[in-house]
Amino acid sequence: MSRQLISIYNNKSTDIGAVPNLPIDDFRETVINSVNTGRRIAAFFGLPHDNDSLKLIIVLADDHQSILHLASTCVKEKYPSLTPDCPQAHWFEREIAEQFGIRPEGHPWLKPIRFHHSYTNNDVWNRSANETILPCVTDFFRVEGSEIHEVAVGPVHAGIIEPGHFRFQCNGENVLHLEISLGYQHRGIERQMTTAPQNRLIHYMETAAGDTTIGHTMAHCYIFEGLASCSAAARAQVLRGIALELERLANHTGDLGALAGDVGYLPTSSFCGRIRGDFLNMTAILCGNRFGRNFMRPGGTAYDIEKSHIDDLRKRLNAALKDVTNAANCLWSTPSVLGRFEDTGILNKQICSQLGIVGPPARACGFDRDCRYNFPSGIFQFKQMPVATWDSGDVFARAYVRWLEIQHSVAFILDLLDSIPAGNIQNKISAMSPCKIAVSLVEGWRGEICHVAVTDNSGKLARYKIVDPSFHNWMGLAVALRNQQISDFPLCNKSFNLSYCGHDL
Amino acid sequence: MIRALISRIKQGYRTYPFPKKEPVLPERFNGRPVLNHDKCDNCRACEKACPTGAITSQDNKVCIDMGKCLFCGDCTSACPKGVIEFSKDYRLAANIRKDLLVSDKEIKLAQAIDKQSRRIFGRSLKLRQVSAGGCNACEADTNVLTTLTFDLGRFGIQFVASPRHADGILVTGPVTENMRLALKKTYDAIPSPKFVIAVGACAISGGPYIGHTETSNGANGIVPVDLYIPGCPPHPYTILDGLVTFLGRR
Repeated sequence: MSRQLISIYNNKSTDIGAVPNLPIDDFRETVINSVNTGRRIAAFFGLPHDNDSLKLIIVLADDHQSILHLASTCVKEKYPSLTPDCPQAHWFEREIAEQFGIRPEGHPWLKPIRFHHSYTNNDVWNRSANETILPCVTDFFRVEGSEIHEVAVGPVHAGIIEPGHFRFQCNGENVLHLEISLGYQHRGIERQMTTAPQNRLIHYMETAAGDTTIGHTMAHCYIFEGLASCSAAARAQVLRGIALELERLANHTGDLGALAGDVGYLPTSSFCGRIRGDFLNMTAILCGNRFGRNFMRPGGTAYDIEKSHIDDLRKRLNAALKDVTNAANCLWSTPSVLGRFEDTGILNKQICSQLGIVGPPARACGFDRDCRYNFPSGIFQFKQMPVATWDSGDVFARAYVRWLEIQHSVAFILDLLDSIPAGNIQNKISAMSPCKIAVSLVEGWRGEICHVAVTDNSGKLARYKIVDPSFHNWMGLAVALRNQQISDFPLCNKSFNLSYCGHDL
Repeated sequence: MIRALISRIKQGYRTYPFPKKEPVLPERFNGRPVLNHDKCDNCRACEKACPTGAITSQDNKVCIDMGKCLFCGDCTSACPKGVIEFSKDYRLAANIRKDLLVSDKEIKLAQAIDKQSRRIFGRSLKLRQVSAGGCNACEADTNVLTTLTFDLGRFGIQFVASPRHADGILVTGPVTENMRLALKKTYDAIPSPKFVIAVGACAISGGPYIGHTETSNGANGIVPVDLYIPGCPPHPYTILDGLVTFLGRR
């Protein structure tokens, strides 16, 4: 097994030539065996190789050994799909098919995921290069029967939400199947990462999923630091940790409020809506922007923190914790709320494992899957973050895990504020080394953010792969909704609160 | 029930008295850019640093297009002379695209709609929000206006669940190819007279996605925009000020 995979640490780089290049059958077997023994697919993507072949690179995460395993294989036109034996490859294989026109033969549901033209001249669905591709105009899974009806929702939704299309197969109120079709937010980020002017790259990262600005920018900074074999300044590492947890606090608080709103419990809904803003305003203390734009740069951070800011943050954090505790406890002590949260939208633990679900939905199924713990980087190497889990897999579990994490994050930041090391905030970053591959995993508030970059022989980016946690988790939402009432969809959806733009890129 | 009431008392009254009282913005907030032309020696370092091409030189004078600006400050770091500064002025909305160009001291704020329109919409404006490739930051800072801190409802402005109930669209995002048709259809479904409000650099010009074949460089080529609210994302008070000024309520 050791010769079939190369092992690297999170945020580190290795020579691209050192990644074992296996024949496709060995590659398949290695990946399937790895996943069967508890590893997960963190990333699986194509890298244009020779003129007519594509190198498929896989990153397998071993949560318990804190090691990433890489392997590759070269394919032309088609290869035997991994999905039938390894369900968590399903979305990745559809993505590769769409981007490079390579067919995974035997894939059970081979459809586009973002509805754009292929990067190459090949198209799996035989569409010509000048044909207009209409989003979500495709086959949908259908349940037949005289009492079955279909409900189509989106792309434009009723509230202030990003666009996506949901297709429900219902028997009365009961949802037999939900299929989610995305792609409306596709802006071509991955394609542009290798061709756009250098000064735009960080701004793509900051807006890949705007509510996860810190998470994605952090992974990106680690990638650039890894490829240049540099590291961020110690003081900046601490500031980054604070920013990452503030982002989690704002979004988790917002989610608790939104969940309360979806079951018609208005006190917590309105309190948390306001408290979420308090956390965003704390990020604005750091850098002037509520989402953490312009805060992080490769090598460190763009802004330092002053004594007055530390005092201000401490005061505001304590006040916000008091308010959010009060607001959250209203939820846990109200039977009508618990009645709606409990046993709704259960994600089966086995399916969660098979699909490679990440973040709070995985922890709500009892998995201790958290990059801050399993793949710690920066300040998380020195200060351990407890992993919050619950095991019922329902809306309640996903809400309660968020509440536990809110408490952990506040304690973590308060602790850090007392011990920020002195020194500079920005280390000089040298040029990226040629022919390297680097992987970064960061635990964003939605879950594992994975960035992978490959440099060419002149040290420029040849491929930049972004895997938002939503990429893994949208299927989890679809499965959790089976045999639920369609009226519970908003509640289940909110309990996952996935990103459309982070998926569509 | 009693617990909820006690909580309500503890959480207190939190609505900020905007616009009577000016909002308090973060110390490091980047608002309207201010240019010190006399310090400029035309080195054009700012132009090169700008990620979106928002800075141009017109008659040897620096000009910043707030419609493209991400307010990232990359230009201020690049400029050795301190020509470009970002003030704390959060009032950035404009009715006409070229009013977003900042070069002289003169500031052109958004004008209120005409008297007859104010009679109809001044106390009741229902909007449909369409995110067309937005990154969920503009969306989030629009959504936050409905929370009790800002309490958008007190101005009669509300986001509605159907275009048939709406008086206009608030659009965010660079308008991806995949959302172009949905945006157009939503616009067509709204009864006239109607408004279009473009929020954020993306919706105005494409923002960081300017020039991508996957996007349309903002909403303007697809639907006629009546109000531009710049920023990446605009601060909630920038959006609120834009909307309230547009309705002639401040």
